[in-house]
Amino acid sequence: MPSYKTPQEDISFVLHEVLNAEQLNDLPGYEGMADRDTMDAIIEAAGKMAEEVLQPLNLPADAEGCHYENGIVRTPKGFKEAYDQWVEGGWTSLSAEEDYGGSGMPHLYKFVLDEIVSAANTSFGMYPGLTHGAVEAMQAHASEELKQRFLPKMIDGSWGGTMCLTEAQCGTDLGLIRTKAVPREDGDGYDISGQKIFISAGEHDLTENIIHLVLAKLPDAPEGVRGISLFVVPKIKVSEDGSELGARNGVSCGSIEHKMGIKASATCVMNFDEAQGWLVGEAHKGLRAMFVMMNAARLSVGMQGLGLAEVAYQNAVDYAVDRVQGRSLTGTKAKDKAADPIIVHPDVRKNLMTAKAFNEGARALAYWTGIQIDTYSKHADPKVRQEAEDLVALLTPVIKGYFTDMATSTAIMQQQVYGGHGYIHEWGMEQFVRDARITQIYEGANGIQALDLVGRKMPAHFGRYLRRFFHPVQKFIEDNMNNPELATMLFPFAKAFGKLQQSTALIAQKGMKNPDEAGAASTDYMRMFGLVALGYMWLQMVQVAMEKKPDANGRAKFYDGKIKTAQFFFDKMLPETDALFKTIMAGGDTLMALDEDQF
Amino acid sequence: MRGDREHPMIAEMIETGYTGRKGKGGFYRLNRDGGKKVKEAKSLQTGDYAPANRKVQMKSISAGRKGIGAVIATDDKGGAYAKATLLDVLSYSAALVPEIADTILGVDDAMKWGYAWKKGPFEMIDDIGADVFAGLLKEAGRDVPPLLQKAVEAGSFYKIEDGTRYYLDTDGKWQQIERPDSVLLLSDIKLKSEPVEKNGSACLWDIGDGVLCLEFTSKMNSIDEGIMKMIGKAIQHCSKGDPYKALVVYNEGSNFSVGANLGVALFALNIALYPQIEQSVAGGQATYKALKHAPFPVVGAPSGMALGGGCEILLHCDSVQAHAESYIGLVEVGVGLIPGWGGCKEMVQRHITNKKRAGGAMPALQRAFQTIGMAEVAKSADEAKSALFLRAEDGITMNRDRLLADAKAKALSMVEGYTSPEPIEVNLPGESAQLLFDQAVSGFHASGKATAHDVTVSAALSAVLTGDGTDITETLTEDDLLKLEVKHFMNLVRTEGTVARIEHMLETGRPLRN
Repeated sequence: MPSYKTPQEDISFVLHEVLNAEQLNDLPGYEGMADRDTMDAIIEAAGKMAEEVLQPLNLPADAEGCHYENGIVRTPKGFKEAYDQWVEGGWTSLSAEEDYGGSGMPHLYKFVLDEIVSAANTSFGMYPGLTHGAVEAMQAHASEELKQRFLPKMIDGSWGGTMCLTEAQCGTDLGLIRTKAVPREDGDGYDISGQKIFISAGEHDLTENIIHLVLAKLPDAPEGVRGISLFVVPKIKVSEDGSELGARNGVSCGSIEHKMGIKASATCVMNFDEAQGWLVGEAHKGLRAMFVMMNAARLSVGMQGLGLAEVAYQNAVDYAVDRVQGRSLTGTKAKDKAADPIIVHPDVRKNLMTAKAFNEGARALAYWTGIQIDTYSKHADPKVRQEAEDLVALLTPVIKGYFTDMATSTAIMQQQVYGGHGYIHEWGMEQFVRDARITQIYEGANGIQALDLVGRKMPAHFGRYLRRFFHPVQKFIEDNMNNPELATMLFPFAKAFGKLQQSTALIAQKGMKNPDEAGAASTDYMRMFGLVALGYMWLQMVQVAMEKKPDANGRAKFYDGKIKTAQFFFDKMLPETDALFKTIMAGGDTLMALDEDQF
Repeated sequence: MRGDREHPMIAEMIETGYTGRKGKGGFYRLNRDGGKKVKEAKSLQTGDYAPANRKVQMKSISAGRKGIGAVIATDDKGGAYAKATLLDVLSYSAALVPEIADTILGVDDAMKWGYAWKKGPFEMIDDIGADVFAGLLKEAGRDVPPLLQKAVEAGSFYKIEDGTRYYLDTDGKWQQIERPDSVLLLSDIKLKSEPVEKNGSACLWDIGDGVLCLEFTSKMNSIDEGIMKMIGKAIQHCSKGDPYKALVVYNEGSNFSVGANLGVALFALNIALYPQIEQSVAGGQATYKALKHAPFPVVGAPSGMALGGGCEILLHCDSVQAHAESYIGLVEVGVGLIPGWGGCKEMVQRHITNKKRAGGAMPALQRAFQTIGMAEVAKSADEAKSALFLRAEDGITMNRDRLLADAKAKALSMVEGYTSPEPIEVNLPGESAQLLFDQAVSGFHASGKATAHDVTVSAALSAVLTGDGTDITETLTEDDLLKLEVKHFMNLVRTEGTVARIEHMLETGRPLRN
């Protein structure tokens, strides 16, 4: 059986020693919510819940899957009890607005929580995760009346939430949706009709009601994405003050999908048959409202990837230390044993180190982004708010795309450490690989993330979003150029950053004339961006570690581990940017050279 | 006409003193109550003022991009208005020929020259389609003027065949458009020939008699790498002396050039690509310098705006033949920069060597400092002479259509015995002058006339113009001054204030006062 231990010390290091997360206390509305002690206590409690309640369910729930019968979906054994404990612990309300019963805590907590919960049980995390996304979208766009009606019970965990976008004929191109919304004769909202597919948590037995956010077209809707509106559609109708449940609405689950991973998450076909719903935000501007939810969800998916990479890594380390097999290439290391533990082998270590260096760098990048979200939500100065929002907009596709690509590849590397046992269900590694795989696909496949990065985020406002990342990095390099301690990391980093700059300029220039050129470079560019961003985070971590190590006493080894892992990153991972640079510079001609019938 | 009816709202506005800008306000007014200037508009329903921040959004306005035909075909208020107006104006025009003019050319030219219309009425009818326009008239129950009917039969009022332009005469026959000898148009040349060189931003055209014409074709004629490369090509072609022996820098855009491509510059700044920016500054300097010292005459022929880098290229020409309506200036400080393609260098030299200058180097430099530091734009070719953007001996052409012919003649007149200008050396006063200039700006800052970033930008400018710590005994070459331009330009691009100015200019079209 696999296990999971919340990496409390690593999390705490990033939050407090590297990012000074206590700065959130200075933001209006967050006073006292980001004290170091408060944060550590909350994370510890979340970790306990994850380790003791969620993680033990993960493997059996994967084997059992969800059950569908006559429109009813049952989650695997133990999920309902776990969900009740989750609600009891107050986790559903953590960063929701206080006006509707939320705790109004910083969004940063959500990042930490997402990582921990996904590591322990990705499928379980889907249910409250979707509700959270729906709450955020409604907070941002619904009328006060609708908020009062639906939000309190969603925030206290009594009701779940979903986002219903995809239809059989469209996922990426939502302009093609066919679901219709017709104004009701009684004037109370709209009748929604149509079919949605791939709806996570669309139907289940964890909550007494489910509140769906549905994209549909009004009768007078313009063509394409400018004609989509967002509606809130409850599974069971609700009295106007939200206190009582009424009749069943025209919402039903037609079936659930049989899929590669996250088998305990119910992926539903949802049928809407003149279901009563209400408009959220303005007519025809539904995509904008939904983007609030999608952006939050994209970051959450990135965190799922990180969580999975972390849990896979932890188990692989345990296995590599326990498993004895053969001898070290440089002579026996464990004389008292029949063979050496396989962690003596450089290539086994490469698998482990790659995951470790990714996980720790990615964690820092993600939490930094979390702090930016809180900054743009609460900071008093509009200029600072805009800078933070720009940075989040820029990093969202990188975190979603690069993290999840890395999640799958590192999970496979950790599975490899197990040899044949990695292929067997009971060891848990193959589940991590399967579960990680979806994170590259949903919430905008990673190809779409890469296009978002080069097509939207890069050219926006003549590169203003880029400035929020490139300028601090440039300054860091200039400030530390003469620091001999950092030289072995800073020099390769500066070179990689230079290549990122050149690639950016080239893609922007070529892409303007021929968008296919930007498309051809997009995935390589996103990965390069991810590597450089991780490098930037590693350098900051190393600075802290170098400063603290001499007086660290018992923690000297911890800081030493950071410095050595960082050096691994700069020696063994960052150089990938050289290859990426070459493939980007080669342009897109070869991709487009063949005629369709030559494939 | 129905304008003789008294409108109660207008009567009341006049009575209460709301007579327009000079009164308390008019249909619009600037409200300064909140300490800021807020543009307000009067509601035609209630008569109240409210902030006029709403941009009018109409399908017919966005249809304008597809031409006038698309505007009148749009089914909204704007489209209906445009249609009603154009039916009146264009059919009236068509009915007046031959009564008031022998040809349609006379009417179109009169409306363009006299009323600054971009297109004459017959050109507009062609844009809409003579048959479409006649159909609209019939639909509205109106007569189709006989001349228009002839255009319907002929297909249009104008046509181009085998590189020759024709117009429809009043008998419905095609007549070749003849240009007077004094008129030379690049648009005519382009119909009949292929460019000698061409890239995405510029072309070289053979305009006859051994003269090449450098035409900018980039968006808004902004100066970019492509133009710099094309200048290099022009130098190659003309340096041989055969078949080309002189160059005219000219185009028929509404503006000669509004300067460097700021969008590209800002993107590079945003990704901190400083070495590339420095390269493009130094590269531009080298190109302009090579143009100046090339072994053949170069004549600049601007019309409309010649700003920033567009002004700097003129400063490097041997001679300028400007359209009277030229707006020339070094406006870089508006976006937090200083002229970096030799503009500072040339202005220093012009002011220092100006024979008419009063007093020593100080007042001369002060004029240059003022001209560049205040981003002064000369509002005519004549004004440009007093600002020294043009030399006293540079020519001015009143008729836009004669500009190219005049510039070409001037270039040819310089070919015989041409020698390129000698590099000029200057002695500059250095620190003492810089201190004086900076103090003046501090004074403006203290009294609220200059912003914080104005102080930074002015300091960079004063450093370059005074020789950056040089001494009056020290002789500075052109290259010394160019190096100073690069150094201080690069300092400025690294400031937040400059990035903010460029961004604001690109996003809003207005300068940022930061």
